[in-house]
Parts: sequence; C-alpha cells; structure tokens
Amino acid sequence: MKLTLKVWRQSKPDKVENGKLISGGGKMETYQVSDVSKDMSFLEMLDVLNEDLLRSGKEPIVFDHDCREGICGMCSMYINGQPHGPQQGTTTCQLHMRSFKDGDTIYIEPWRAKAFPVIKDLMVDRSAFDRIMQAGGYVSVNTGVTVDANEIPIAKSTADKAFDAATCIGCGACVAACKNASAMLFVSAKVSQLSMLPQGKTERKTRVENMVAQMDAEGFGACTNTGACSAECPKGISMEYIARMNREYYGAKLTSNNV
Amino acid sequence: MSASNPTISKKPNWFIQFFTSTIGRKLLVALTGLFLILFLAVHLIGNLQMILFDDGGKAFNEYAYFMGHNELIQIISVGNFFFIILHIIVSVVLTIYNRTARPTKYAYSKPSANSSFSSRNMIWLGSIVMIFLVLHLVNFWAKSKFGTVEQVTYDGKTMHNLYALVVFEFENPVIVGIYVVSMIGLSYHLLHGFQSVFQTLGINHVKYTPFIKTLGLIYSILVPLGFALIPILMYIKSLS
Repeated sequence: MKLTLKVWRQSKPDKVENGKLISGGGKMETYQVSDVSKDMSFLEMLDVLNEDLLRSGKEPIVFDHDCREGICGMCSMYINGQPHGPQQGTTTCQLHMRSFKDGDTIYIEPWRAKAFPVIKDLMVDRSAFDRIMQAGGYVSVNTGVTVDANEIPIAKSTADKAFDAATCIGCGACVAACKNASAMLFVSAKVSQLSMLPQGKTERKTRVENMVAQMDAEGFGACTNTGACSAECPKGISMEYIARMNREYYGAKLTSNNV
Repeated sequence: MSASNPTISKKPNWFIQFFTSTIGRKLLVALTGLFLILFLAVHLIGNLQMILFDDGGKAFNEYAYFMGHNELIQIISVGNFFFIILHIIVSVVLTIYNRTARPTKYAYSKPSANSSFSSRNMIWLGSIVMIFLVLHLVNFWAKSKFGTVEQVTYDGKTMHNLYALVVFEFENPVIVGIYVVSMIGLSYHLLHGFQSVFQTLGINHVKYTPFIKTLGLIYSILVPLGFALIPILMYIKSLS
C-alpha cells in the first residue's frame, strides 16, 4: 500500500522557562511511502521511511521506541488525531498498517503538553512523570532480610484492582488525549496501585499530597472528566481511579499531619 | 536539566494548598454545581405552578411571596448568588489554566473519538446559561425587586402580581425563543455536569455509577424541558 505521511519535524528542542513553554519551532512535512505491507507495525513503517531518508542523505525522523511489544511505554505518537492511533487498547508499536487503507493520509505528531517539551521531531521529554513518581510513587522498605512473599494476606479482589492500576506503562497518552493536558489518569493509577495494598497504606496520605503537588507544579492541566484519557489509554485504565485519587486527596488534605 | 526542573516552591497553608490545587479547584466547581442542580429542581417545581393550575396565577404569586419573604429562603438565595458567581469564576480560571497546559495545539485532532460534545464544551454551554441568566434576572428578578410590578390582593393580603409579569414577558416570541434555546444549552451542560459532579466528589462505584448516569440523563432532559414548556405554553395561551 501507498501512504502519504504528514509528520511533525522539529530540530531545536522546546524550552521551559518560568513555567512557559518556548517552542523550538517546527512544521508538518509531507512524505510519500510505498511498498508498505499491511502486516508491518506502525514503527516498522517509519523504519522503512527512515531508511529511505538516510539513503537520500536526509535526517531521519526521531521517535521514541524500545520494547516494541506494548509494555515499555516509550512509543508516543499522536496519529490521525488520536494518541497511539485509531485502534483501542494498543500502543503505537502494536498498531499495524492493516488499520489503514491504501492511499490514506496519516498525520503524525508528538504528544502536546507544556509538561512534555518536544526534544526532537516526535520525541518528547516525559521526565515530568519521573518527578511525580519521585515525589511519592514508592513504598519505603527498610533494609533487612527478605520478607516472605505471602506474609501479608491480600484479598484477591484488592490485588486485582491494584494490578489493574499497575498496568499503567506511563506512556503519557492520557495527557496527550486530554483537552486540558491533564495527567490525572497517570497519577491516579500510580496513587491507587500503591495505596490499595497494605505495604503502601502507611504512606498513603503524604504520597497523594506530594504527587498531586508535583503534578500541579509540572504544569499539567486539571481534569474535567471528559473520559478521553481512559478511552485512549493503551492499558484501559478506568476513570474509577481518578475518583479514587480524588477521595484519597480529600481525605489526606483534611486529616494528614502535613500543615 | 536538573536546574530548570519544576519544583514545588515554598508551601502555603494546607487549606490554601488544597483549594488552589487542581483537584481542590475542581471540587469547588463540583460542589457549587451540585447546589445549582438542586436549585434548578426547586425553581422548576415552583414555576410549574404557573402552567399546572388555571387559577390566574394565585398559587404562583403566593409561592413567590413566600419565597421573597421567608428569612431562611433569603439566606439560601444569597448563597445561591454566591455559588453561581463562584462556579463561574472558578470554571473560567480553570479553563484558562487548562488552556495554558497545552501551548502548542495539534495540527490534526479527533476529539470526538474519545469524548462527548458536552464534556468538551462545558465552558461555552455554561456561557450560554450565564448570558441567559443575566437576561432572566433583568426580565424578572430585577423588575420584582427594583421595578414597579402590578399589585394583587388575595384574601386581604397584597402582593406583587408576578404571574402577570410572566404572562407579559412571554407574549414576546423573541423572549420565548431565547428561553427555549438557552434551555437546550442548559440541557447539554447538565448532561456532562450532573455525572461529572459525582466523579469529582470521588463517587465512581460499580453499584452507584450506572444509576447516577441514568438519573443524570433523565434530569438533564426533563428539567430543561420543564423550564422550556413554561414560556412555550404561556405564549400559546397568549395567542388565544
């Protein structure tokens, strides 16, 4: 199949100064690709295009990728107006060209958010997510002998719910899909995953307070419950977790000892 | 990178932190929204007396007199104005804040693939309701408070004949049209707003959410429909 690609090309990185994003400048460029097999993954199709660009002495398109099996959360493309493309519940690497038709025009853009400055072309800096995790997305474990794995009983239903939240791969599609570039689905998944389990309960109040404060400091927008995040999440994380985070946050703000 | 990374600057008082956080601010929108949802129901029930009873407006006028003179209602009424203003201010502030979270727009975006029309346009639907509210207050509230309204006496008690004022206003098809269009805006605003309130309050549960969503759908159709019927029926009545 033959395709027309309109790809965001940006050579200079975006900068964030005094809470404002200064765009590095860039534009949509058009490329023609032919001989695309419908069995190729979206990233393989871009690999083919990059080979062509390299052969003709042009700069290849920069994009994030790693495991290519939908679990690392690196690939991050806004394809035809949707994060990770038109297919539900998949990452870009698992999107296959059979989802497109011969002669289609495909728009490919990076995640757009103040908190995700573009590094180059389609690659964005998602270290804001790392800083939110550093603010509280952990369980403090004092060193000592290894604890038996099944020492603390956890109800199957609780473990399942926590695991559902833990399937979040931190790709940032929720931010990309949200009209407010809000990170609440990501943060709520991480908050819930830890606070639902006994090991994480000890730090739950301080955790949610610190993670939400860091999320706000990074410049992510506020949630308006559109549900776009959950609809586009490659792991199908439910909006239920945002409600859970809201509860956690109200409870923590009202009762924690952090003044 | 580390030098320019966003960090949490000096923390204000916890209470201020709470209500200036993104979650705290949307809680304000939700709580005021919930109050306004309840207000709509009470207001509709009161106003339906105009079309339910064929008594020349006696029931409605007596109800309006009670609402205008009961002290508890007066306090709630002040609260109502305050909550409307708070709802508008916090929503506008949040919307502007949310816009700044994405300074570079997408060249091609397909929001209809993942979210509803009302959920994406709350600020515009709310603006329709707000403009309507100003007109509505000028039409009725301001006239009854500061203007001269015809008097009527029931059982020796003299009061404003607000029913006559309503009849007079709704003889104008332009006003009727504005009211009906505004109620469509309100309907779409409620369609997202009703269920959104509960999500923000943290109520998203397998047992209650399906009920809340259904109730929200029924509420956002029936309440604006009820409000729209009043000007329509009174206009039709004025023609005969």
